[in-house]
Amino acid sequence: MPAQSDGNPAARDDRRPHPLRNLWRLRPYLRPYAPEFGWLLVLALAATAASLAVPLVVQRVVDGPVARHDVAGLLRLGALALVLGLAEAVLIFIRRWTQSSSSVGMEAAIRADIYAHLQRLPAGCHDRWQSGQLLSRITSDLSVIRRFLSFGLLFLVLNVVTYLAVVVLLIRLHPALGLLVAASAVPLFLISRRFARHYHAASRRMQDQQGDVATLVEETAQGLRTMRAYGRGPELAARFAGGARTLHDTGVRKARLLARTAALFDLVPNLTLGMVLVAGTAAAAGGALTIGELVAFVSLQLMLVWPVQSLGWIIANGQEAATAADRIQEVLDTPPTIVDAPGARLLDRAGVRGRLRFERVSFRYPGSQAPVLDEVDLTVEPGETLALVGATGCGKSTLLSLVPRLHEVTRGRITLDGHDLRDLRLSSLRRLVGVAFEEPTLFSMSVWENLTLGRPDAGEQEVRAALALAQAEFAYDLPWGLATRVGEQGLSLSGGQRQRLALARAVLGRPALLVLDDPLSALDVHTEALVEAALRRVLRDTTALLVVHRPSTVALADRVALLDGGRIVAVGTHSELLATVPAYRAVLSAGPVQRHDGAGLVRS
Amino acid sequence: MTEAPDGSRRVPRPRVAPDGGLDLKRWRGRATDPDADRSRAEDATPEAVARLRARSRALLGQLLRPHRRRLGLAVTLLLAQNAAAMSGPYLVMLGIDHAIAPLRAGDPEPLVTVAAAFATASLTEYLARRGFLTLTGRIGQAVLLDLRQRVYGHFLRLDVAFHERYTCGRMVSRLTSDLDSIAELVDGGIDNLVVAALSVLSVAGILLWLDLPLAAVTLLAFPFLFWLSRWFARASAGAYRRTREAVALVIVHFVESLRGIRAVQAYRREERNQQIFAAVNDDYREASLQAFRLIAVYSPGIKVIGNLTVAVVLAYGGARVLGGRTEVGVLAAFLLYLRRFFEPMQELSQFSNSLQSATAALEKLAGVLDERPAVAEPERPVALPTGPGRGAVAFRGVSFGYRPDAPILTELELTVPAGQTVALIGPTGAGKSTIAKLLARFHDPATGAVTLDGVDLRDLADAELRRAVVLVTQENHLFSGSVAENIRFGRPGADDAAVEAAARAIGAHDFIATLPDGYATEVHRRGGRLSAGQRQLVAFARAFLADPRVLILDEATSSLDVPTERLVQRALGSILRDRTALVIAHRLSTVEIADRVLVLDGGRIVEDGPPAQLAAAGGRYAALHRQWRDSLI
Ligand SMILES: Nc1ncnc2c1ncn2[C@@H]1O[C@H](COP(=O)(O)OP(=O)(O)OP(=O)(O)O)[C@@H](O)[C@H]1O
Ligand SMILES: Nc1ncnc2c1ncn2[C@@H]1O[C@H](COP(=O)(O)OP(=O)(O)OP(=O)(O)O)[C@@H](O)[C@H]1O
Ligand SMILES: [Mg+2]
Ligand SMILES: [Mg+2]
Repeated sequence: MPAQSDGNPAARDDRRPHPLRNLWRLRPYLRPYAPEFGWLLVLALAATAASLAVPLVVQRVVDGPVARHDVAGLLRLGALALVLGLAEAVLIFIRRWTQSSSSVGMEAAIRADIYAHLQRLPAGCHDRWQSGQLLSRITSDLSVIRRFLSFGLLFLVLNVVTYLAVVVLLIRLHPALGLLVAASAVPLFLISRRFARHYHAASRRMQDQQGDVATLVEETAQGLRTMRAYGRGPELAARFAGGARTLHDTGVRKARLLARTAALFDLVPNLTLGMVLVAGTAAAAGGALTIGELVAFVSLQLMLVWPVQSLGWIIANGQEAATAADRIQEVLDTPPTIVDAPGARLLDRAGVRGRLRFERVSFRYPGSQAPVLDEVDLTVEPGETLALVGATGCGKSTLLSLVPRLHEVTRGRITLDGHDLRDLRLSSLRRLVGVAFEEPTLFSMSVWENLTLGRPDAGEQEVRAALALAQAEFAYDLPWGLATRVGEQGLSLSGGQRQRLALARAVLGRPALLVLDDPLSALDVHTEALVEAALRRVLRDTTALLVVHRPSTVALADRVALLDGGRIVAVGTHSELLATVPAYRAVLSAGPVQRHDGAGLVRS
Repeated sequence: MTEAPDGSRRVPRPRVAPDGGLDLKRWRGRATDPDADRSRAEDATPEAVARLRARSRALLGQLLRPHRRRLGLAVTLLLAQNAAAMSGPYLVMLGIDHAIAPLRAGDPEPLVTVAAAFATASLTEYLARRGFLTLTGRIGQAVLLDLRQRVYGHFLRLDVAFHERYTCGRMVSRLTSDLDSIAELVDGGIDNLVVAALSVLSVAGILLWLDLPLAAVTLLAFPFLFWLSRWFARASAGAYRRTREAVALVIVHFVESLRGIRAVQAYRREERNQQIFAAVNDDYREASLQAFRLIAVYSPGIKVIGNLTVAVVLAYGGARVLGGRTEVGVLAAFLLYLRRFFEPMQELSQFSNSLQSATAALEKLAGVLDERPAVAEPERPVALPTGPGRGAVAFRGVSFGYRPDAPILTELELTVPAGQTVALIGPTGAGKSTIAKLLARFHDPATGAVTLDGVDLRDLADAELRRAVVLVTQENHLFSGSVAENIRFGRPGADDAAVEAAARAIGAHDFIATLPDGYATEVHRRGGRLSAGQRQLVAFARAFLADPRVLILDEATSSLDVPTERLVQRALGSILRDRTALVIAHRLSTVEIADRVLVLDGGRIVEDGPPAQLAAAGGRYAALHRQWRDSLI
């Protein structure tokens, strides 16, 4: 379940780009901060230099004033150490303070861009992505990247520079011993390389599994009522435990990997220190080295312990950031398929007559073989109301979703007043079309905001009129009126209330084209009649396409089209079709079921 | 409290701020529950914060208790590692003070001894460190696993009303982002934290032993360190708490708006969503920034204290050497140890960052775990009477409202004998689904009781209740997975044949068979791969497979075409024969299979009787029935 529906897996396998490539591709986000980053690096280096100078001061103290019994010199050097120490702290403070704002700024910018991109991706894409995977990308993956860009990267550079600087100082102090220390870089490098490779794979696995767990959580949250209704808590908990355990196992494996390497990163500098100690003592005994020099040498070398030790963490962090960047780029690399064509035009509401034509329209869901719609020809005249009738699963909702271009036709074209929909600006097209889905999609925000989803500029009168039309005046009686927040998915409202709000939203602002998918299914007979009466007035001068299951609602339509087997098999007025098309009668008739050809009427 | 003050109809002003920009604050609207957005424990008052902190400490204790042994071992390893690491500078001192002179005299033995000791120490350090890191990794992951499961399990136990308040996004945020920040501590920080703390202590000990007066000067730094750390802990706790809240809002908005992406796109909501996202994202940025700024002060602060101490020790120690009261080697070792002392402190400040963030997250989780389900399992469950033909349902004086001041049902009396099929009809918003939800114990009534076979639902164990009563909700939900898995949700043990039989019984088999992979077809998120009617059929098959005593169908056929609905109804006729059923429907066709019709209006039963009788009686039902008859063809 996890990986296969996740993004475009193809991009992962075929070619093997450099593991850090996607991280590198995030550099535009770093660019605004590039000069700053440069400065910070300089500051950091200066701070390191200050801290490096302290052991040298110590050497002077031991070899100078202490040897010569020079109290004034001692105080002078002590003051120097103090100044250096303070300078280091101030430099660190400046670096950290500035850096914190740039790193969180970068993180926020990437997050906003991912969100913007996701909003552009068509619904089809979203069906295939797992929501938890997306979520873990904008939270955990991004914070890994933030940590790398703010600390890991800087410390990587800093530690390498510190290492080099210390080694140079050491070589100057004592060339032979210095070279010995320098040679310890070789095993370190080998260890790092091996570790990086293994850790890369593990961290990717971990991040994917985190996404899976997030998906499980989100699914649970959404299906909570169903879970309750069936008392399936234990089963879900077991399923979650499975996911959590995989995550745990990967975590343990990662920890083991890190433990091994981190310990090695400890061992190598220690062994080097031991060698230096032996050789240095011997040299001091031979008089080739003063004791002060030996002390300075060793204390300088101790400065290498932390940079080397932290290397393990930094590499781990870098690898995590690299795989996180891979995951993020997978999202950003998914091209939005439904976009404005070059030269797409705007269509004015006033200039639209509303003639909607389907010309040999075929549609196939990506990833499935059989087309749902097969060369559909259909015309809705301006101001006309056309009802679309057909068996469950025959493709009615699919057909409707093509009008606001939530999906793109596979073949053929749809025109509005003769313009191919693909030649219109998306925003302009969607402004013209009012949609109500079969499941009223409400958000946990105020009723007002839900109603004016597409028309933030709507006035009070318009909203009132739309609510009246949908018989949804109950909204004014909610505790805070239209300012009341409706619960998530509108779940604090009854089914019929949700549907009426969704209907009001669709008709708000008199769109040129109304596309309503079974808009009255959750209403009782009486309310349905009231809404129908009101709708009829609106529909008189609006082009409308309705999906209808009940004979009572068919009465709203001027003409009816019967969809069967992916094609429009009959178009005409209700009474014509009733009289002449048996299949039509079969779909709407409440009479005894005639199971023609022995199969059910439900199509797939 | 939730009523508009003057009881009048409130009409909000159009949400355009004076500067023409959109008012981002008011988009969410006012929650009807003042406690929305948080668990009850997460109050902002100081007492509540303190209580929560205590709870989260207790939680941490509980989580760690099973690992006491391993923790003990880890500490031992750590001590070993630390001792080995600490011996380094001491050996350097020995080497300088005691090996050079003999070596000059031609005796290499002290040097060899020192070298051997050094090698042993390094190796010990390696092994102990490796062991320690592996072990703490294990413990940490085990704790995370435990915590994750606890919180998830607790969310499952919490009632529907809680979840309606808390929202899905926030639950997701608790179980992902909050746990992540704990995980971050576990896999990056905890050992550093302990190592640092330990080495600080041991270094302090060694320093005291090396040279008392010099050490006394060093220890002067302690009060400052302590004071600084306390300031940081306090300030950052608040900052990180805000971060946790801010990220939850980001997640809530993200999850919800992507779930409704079709509506978002159809209504060109993208831009405004982006604005809202930018706002919550920016809040999160601000909150994190504040937290990071604190550490930007704290960490150099430690550095200042450290470097100051080094300078003082250098001067004072140098003076002592001058005075001949201590050796040069001691001073050198002392300075080396000081480095070892302050460097971990530095690390400590790095990781106290993760620590504070994890603490804030743990508090949030403790807050959730602290929440008691309003619809709780009974202490001493009563068993349902067994035997055939059970399933009598009764509502006795049931009053209920989602908010205390807005009753939906008042003093509802209803008795449904076992095996009866009751149709519940009425205008939208009348309270039909509410009755269904009470019977399925999504909520408990405010007064009165709902009973099944004479047992109050509140006295039934959840598993038993769910076996006996199944509700097909109005907003049916399919989980991602195959069609078969979704049907099997009704009875997890069912084999493929049973799944198929259930699908056949309600007429779903034909469409499933023509799906590309039949029963193994993935239905995608929330069943998005299927049409609305197909989803209802699958949900129906699921309920059928569950085979409960009492079946509640809330608008279970509303999206089906008429003939399919007929088929389902025909199937229902036989399915419901020996079962108690509550069928809610607006299509009166469903009512024809019922033994009895209840007409509900405004939370009261206004008509009650067999359909034929009511249709003839000339009341509301008769009118509805006539209207519906006329609409048929
Ligand atoms: N994302 C998808 N991928 C593949 N197939 C799909 C997808 N969504 C729907 N289908 C299939 O396409 C067919 C048409 O679905 P659609 O939702 O348009 O039916 P419908 O006519 O609206 O049915 P209903 O009356 O039940 O709402 C169905 O058989 C369904 O299984
Ligand atoms: N979770 C909730 N929180 C607050 N109020 C709610 C909640 N669910 C329902 N209500 C309110 O309770 C009343 C009854 O709702 P209910 O869902 O029982 O109606 P219904 O009879 O099922 O209507 P419909 O036929 O439209 O589904 C409605 O006014 C509704 O707004
Ligand atoms: Mg449909
Ligand atoms: Mg309802």
